[in-house]
Parts: sequence; C-alpha cells; structure tokens
Amino acid sequence: MAIPKVCGIETEYGIVLRGGSEANPMAASSLLINAYVASLQPRVDWDFEDESPGNDARGYRVEGPAAPEVETNLVNAVLTNGARYYVDHAHPELSTPECADAREVVVWDKAAEHILVQSMRAASAALPPGQQVVVYKNNSDGKGNSYGCHENYLMDRSVPFHAIVSGITPFFVTRQLFAGAGKVGTEATGLARSQVPFQLSQRADFFEEEVGLETTLKRPIVNTRDEPHCDAQKYRRLHVIVGDANCSEVATFLKVGTTALVLAMIEDGELGRSLRLAAPVQALRQVSYDLDLSLLLELADGSRISALDLQWEYFTWARKYADSHGLEAVGESVGAEVLRRWEAVLTALETDPMSLATSLDWVAKYQLLSAYRERDGLAWDAPRLAAMDLQYHDLRPEKSLFARLGVERLTDDAEVISAMTEPPPTTRAWFRGKCLQRWASQIVAANWDSLVFDVHSDALRRVPMMEPLKGTAAMVDELLNGCDTPVELLQRLGA
Amino acid sequence: MAEREQRKKPAPDRRQEEVDERPPASDKGEKIKAELDDLLDEIDEVLEVNSEEFVKSYVQKGGQ
Repeated sequence: MAIPKVCGIETEYGIVLRGGSEANPMAASSLLINAYVASLQPRVDWDFEDESPGNDARGYRVEGPAAPEVETNLVNAVLTNGARYYVDHAHPELSTPECADAREVVVWDKAAEHILVQSMRAASAALPPGQQVVVYKNNSDGKGNSYGCHENYLMDRSVPFHAIVSGITPFFVTRQLFAGAGKVGTEATGLARSQVPFQLSQRADFFEEEVGLETTLKRPIVNTRDEPHCDAQKYRRLHVIVGDANCSEVATFLKVGTTALVLAMIEDGELGRSLRLAAPVQALRQVSYDLDLSLLLELADGSRISALDLQWEYFTWARKYADSHGLEAVGESVGAEVLRRWEAVLTALETDPMSLATSLDWVAKYQLLSAYRERDGLAWDAPRLAAMDLQYHDLRPEKSLFARLGVERLTDDAEVISAMTEPPPTTRAWFRGKCLQRWASQIVAANWDSLVFDVHSDALRRVPMMEPLKGTAAMVDELLNGCDTPVELLQRLGA
Repeated sequence: MAEREQRKKPAPDRRQEEVDERPPASDKGEKIKAELDDLLDEIDEVLEVNSEEFVKSYVQKGGQ
C-alpha cells in the first residue's frame, strides 16, 4: 500500500525595497526576516549539518556530540510552527512544516503569507521614513527571471524513479489547468510578448528539460534532487519545482491534493494506460498558452488528447483507486474532498471556465484583466495590465488585488493565525515546534530531521527525527508534558 | 472531435435540476458585469500610480 503522503510547500517570494536608493535584494530579504525573528525571542538558527540515517524505538534516539554548525551569514531561522524562514537566492523563502494532507498545507501556506505580512510591517518600522519592503507571492518578474514555489511529497524509496517520472509527467504538464496562477505575456526565448497575450501559468516559460537535477537553469519538469531529510533507506522526498505559487486556497488545495493522490496511485501501480507525451516540455507551454483549453497534445503512441481529457483520465483512475484502495494515504476525508473538487473543476473548465473566477487564480486574474482591458480599451501589452498582474500577488492586504476578488476560502482566520506559531499536530513538526516553544534557549540548532540541544553538559546533544510521522501530538504529548526541562527529555529519550 | 467522444467519463453525480433555479443567463450576466464594474472602480483606487515605472522597476534576481 502507498505510504502516507506527508507534504509541504516552500515558496520564494518576490521582494522590492520601495523608496530606497539602491536595490539589494539579499539585504532587503535579510532585513525582512531579521525584523520578524527579532520579535521572536530567543531565536533558533537552522542547522546545516547532514544527518545520517538512524533507527529508533519511539521515533528518536539520542546520539553523541554534534558536529559544529556550518557558518552562514544569511539569516536562516526555524519557527515554532515548525517552518523554516530564510534567505535563498536573493529572495525571502519560507518552507511550511511537514503536513499530513493538502488541507493542512493550505493552512500553513496561508500562515506563511501572514508571517510575510507581519515581517513587512516589522521591516518598515526599522527602515527610514518613506522606505518600505514589499513582498509578492508570484514566480516571475516579467523580464525572464523566475523564482520557485516547490512542493515536497514523501515517497516509498522502493518505487523505481522512472515509474514516478513516467506516471507524473503528463499530470504535471496538465495540472496547470487548475493550478496555474496566470500571467500576462510570455518570457520564453524566441517569442514576442504579444504572441501570448495571457497564459495559465507563471512558470511554464522557464522549463527546458523533462528530468534533471537543476532548479535555477535548464529547469526540469521532474526534479531529481534526492535529499530525503528522513530515513533515506525507506523514503524519498519528491521535490516538485514545476508549480506556481497560488494565492487561491482552492488552487493550492487541488494542486497538492491531486498530486499526492496521483503519487499514491503510482506507488500502488494503479495508473491506467500510458499517457506519455511526445514532447512534454513543448506541451507544458502549449497547455499554458491555450486559453480555449481545446488544443490536442500528441502522445508518444501518436494519438492526440486535450489537456482536459488527459486530466479526466487521471481523475477516472483516481476514483477507481479510491474504491479499490481507499484514500488513507492522502487522508480519507481530505481525499474525498479532493476528488469532489477535482471533478467539479474539470467539469466547469469544460462547460464554463469563467465560472471558476471565484476559485482559481488564473481564471480570477484573467477575468479581472479582461474586464479592465475592455473598459479602458487597452491592448494586452499595456503596462497597466502588466502592473495589475504583479499587484495581484502583492501581499500587502491593502494593495493585493487578489484579496479584493472575493475568491473562495477553505480556511478561517483563527486557524491560520494559530498556524503562524503552532505546528501541525500530525507530523514530526509537532515535536520540533513544541520543543522550540518550550526550550528555545537550550536548542542551538534545528533542521528537518534533528534538534540539537545545549544542556551545558560535556557536549551538544542531537535528537534525530528520521521518521516524518513520529513526533506527532498523539505520540509525544505525554512525554513532553512529563518533562520540565530538556535534560529530563533527553534522559527519557535515551533510556 | 473524436477524441472527446472517446473519453470514458465517470458516472456523473452532478445535479442537473439545480439549473432551473438559476436566473436566466442574461440577468445573471448583467449582474456579474455590474459587480465587475464596481470592482474595477474600487481597484482603480489602489493601483500603483505609474504603471509603466512600476513594471519597469520590478526586477528580481532569478531563483530556483
């Protein structure tokens, strides 16, 4: 049976220093994150030390002295909600904690946005009057520079990587039908902006390979980075770089939920016929540029199929899979909701795509820009429309165009605000977050698969967390509540 | 298109009867248009003042 699809999202945000004389995105990103973490006392830094796999009885095992930390001058913090907040490639980046299902990802991804908003406020307070750091949740500057929104999914190591590649590629090429964030123009080399007035995806222009290790150039549809951050004998972490950053909660939910489900089906060998595309990289752009949603893609066997019909095939297999295998791997109730919404969205795309303007990013943006364009008689390449495209993703609540469109929500404010500081109770992020809440001053470093304590003994003590599903509230709350100090915790873990 | 007809769609559990309860398409269309017009007016107030300058100055370093 498929293993639980523990998942998460890491987002690189666009950043601008307004009112400043020189643009230094690294400095602005550092300022932004430092301003936020300065309000969190004490602060715990990320630990870059590589981890060796280890077995354990209750999820953890206490080991000997930890190696010294890797020095880094860029800010890199771990938060009490289990997330990592850092500067990467001249962008502020926030990785959500490990989540058990797509709905949790939506909650902690929205919490990440709130953390960025709070960071902007804190940064502005630290800047001279008239200066402001502004953050955008998008993936491109419209000038050929892209930055990512990556997803991660826990996979069984025993599944051959080629099976993942062949099973997931046609799905990745077509899921932008609902997961695309929309973009005015194109940044693909060899095309004039005017040749593509509007497209479904922010990222499709930037993919050049089918499979590969790169993430910053020659980007591949399936990324081969093999860095499990957990027991490497048992698990793989599929690192997905092909997605857009979504503002819409429904889009994030569907993007993560359908992908997790398809990956579970691949693990169980339950996909139907091969839908191998003749030219996946080309098809990724074709689908993104095809606003009629009618173009036929060529399969490797010479037959042709539309992106929508390709998605219907996956959906049909998924429904069968739910009947035969259940949906435990993606969460029973969440999985059922994913299926319900997936079907509703495919049906609407087929019959009345604009009816999705209150649920999907690309449709919301397209409807807004089309209406504006018509009212003012603008051409698609008018600067005003490009500006609105950017401002759709502005995270400042008073400036965000997305926030004004009345797009459907799946979360409520209370749970999102709680998720800014509280970890998901369903994964090892709970143990990480709860230890940080209680004993931050005695934790010198943390990363995905370990915590390093300084309890003033002979050496630093590292607690490995090699199992993503150990360390949940159900498993460790009794232990944690029975310990007043980290020394007691270490003793009990080492017993 | 032949390809469209070949699809084996899952048994629909969509409820057709709900369609009758909706207002006629033209009324609905006008209502949406009126709402959109209001929205556009509202959005005019928050848009960056100089679009051209704003778009030009939005330059990012490439990331992952």
